[in-house]
Amino acid sequence: MGKTFSEKLLGERAGTDVRAGDVVTVSPDFILSHDNSAAIIQEFNKLDLEYVSESDKIVIILDHIVPASSEKYAINHKQIREFVAYQKIPHFFDISSGICHQVFVENGFALPGKLIVGADSHTTSYGALGAFSVGIGRSEVASVWATDEIWLRIPETIRIELEGRLSKGVYAKDVILHIIGNEGADLANYKAVEFAGSAAESFTIASRMVLANMSAEMGAKNGYFLPNPSVLEWLEKKASIEFEPVYSDADADYESVLRYDLSNIAPMVACPHSVDNVSPVTDLEGLEFHQAVIGTCTNGRLEDLETAAGILKGKKIYPGIRVLIIPASRNEYLLALRAGVLEVFVDSGCVVLNPGCGPCLGAHQGILAPGEIALSTANRNFRGRMGSRDSEIYLASPATVAASSLEGKITDPRKLL
Amino acid sequence: MIKGRVWKYGDDINTDVIFPGKYTYSVLDPDEMAEHALEDLDPEFVKKVKKGDILTVGKNFGCGSSREQAATCLKYAGVQAIIAESFARIFFRNAINQGLPVVVSVEAVENIEQGEEIEIDFERGKIKTPRGEFGFPLLPDSVLGILDAGGLIPYTKKKLKMRASAKTEVSSKQ
Repeated sequence: MGKTFSEKLLGERAGTDVRAGDVVTVSPDFILSHDNSAAIIQEFNKLDLEYVSESDKIVIILDHIVPASSEKYAINHKQIREFVAYQKIPHFFDISSGICHQVFVENGFALPGKLIVGADSHTTSYGALGAFSVGIGRSEVASVWATDEIWLRIPETIRIELEGRLSKGVYAKDVILHIIGNEGADLANYKAVEFAGSAAESFTIASRMVLANMSAEMGAKNGYFLPNPSVLEWLEKKASIEFEPVYSDADADYESVLRYDLSNIAPMVACPHSVDNVSPVTDLEGLEFHQAVIGTCTNGRLEDLETAAGILKGKKIYPGIRVLIIPASRNEYLLALRAGVLEVFVDSGCVVLNPGCGPCLGAHQGILAPGEIALSTANRNFRGRMGSRDSEIYLASPATVAASSLEGKITDPRKLL
Repeated sequence: MIKGRVWKYGDDINTDVIFPGKYTYSVLDPDEMAEHALEDLDPEFVKKVKKGDILTVGKNFGCGSSREQAATCLKYAGVQAIIAESFARIFFRNAINQGLPVVVSVEAVENIEQGEEIEIDFERGKIKTPRGEFGFPLLPDSVLGILDAGGLIPYTKKKLKMRASAKTEVSSKQ
């Protein structure tokens, strides 16, 4: 029996022959953290070490509350900047850069065959480019900064084969919502997910990132796509270090194989208060909301912004609702600016915010009041996440959110395309 | 062996209701974190929880964010262990790294009710309840080492000291 991507990559790193279920101690290639670096520094300081083990491996990207919205956040950012200077950490991205997961990819840290750990649950995103990337907590990051090693259990792998063509008005976001709705929020707990099949193969990097990002919402340790020639070509120009892709063996031992025909999938919406509470948009049409959000690490790339702008172009958002646009990074912002996409948003009455996490985690830039409802392209709709515990969040694709923004109520985007 | 009173909750309890995102970067003190434990799930919890209480929950406990405060806030609120049908992966690690024992037993969860007094014997892997005794798989030694040290930071500190003294020994022999 052959081996999965996870077994091969982690086994090579540990220098032993491993199978799912084994535990290895390995050294990561990169360690990501963001605004939580302030709390990590606090933990690191308890270790009585002057310097981190490998400063070149540390990547810090400020994105969660940028620019600082309070004195407390400002102090966090200041402590991080001072630490970065003292430790001579070369890969530091200050508040103008954008969401860590997008910035990490754009700067060539997310590479095939690399082992990445990050103090953020959506670190799974880099599987889109063939990396093994996994979310960890704060103490753990502090410990890896100090020791350059971490223990990991080799996960079992669920292979998800995607075949068929997406219908008009249906996107990667609808695919992953459909899968999570079908399989449940704990489908892949402690496990790795591997996306394969002809449809997965044809996905753009932006679309691959939507699925890998939201693998976290089914509990996955890692969500992996096979890097195809076009992904490898794109990476050749971006890579910060050399890389060697790792692929699952053709006869790899998967825990299970799921198959989805994408041509059967409709636009989907995740309803409050869990990501697996999913319904087709047609069941929710007419539901009124107060605030729309297009952006986040799930859906804030040019591909998403162009789709939304295509629907909003020359029209006005429904009177009385708020529509927030948040490009995922400075780079995506600039691309959207040059393509005239941001002008469409401003013209239609949207608020265009600076690249960052925005209101997704309820810290600033569009907090919900009690009784308010948001329709967002983000990845989580847990109770209270965007503000009041008495508010509600619905999740959908950029096309569904844009179409709904014109009507002031949940609307099937296929009617407007 | 620990003994405590049970708080019982359901499935898929996520990190946002355990420790709301709005506090994640503004609250850094563990005792202050404790004041917000389970705030958006059960606002009564913090008012009534007592030191030594045990949380008993359904499947996928702690799903969502990687925020370690979800474990920290429970520990500092007084929770001394969590029994679940299953834990979300990152929460499981975070709890151990905070020195908060986590136990997986579907059978025990099904047979424990809110407010009951139960006992957990970590050495024997047994949970004693009013409805009988239930077993659970023992944690591996490497993980027990982290729990025994009181969490990952004290554990790593110990490891670094041992590395440093091993180095000094080698250099003094040379």
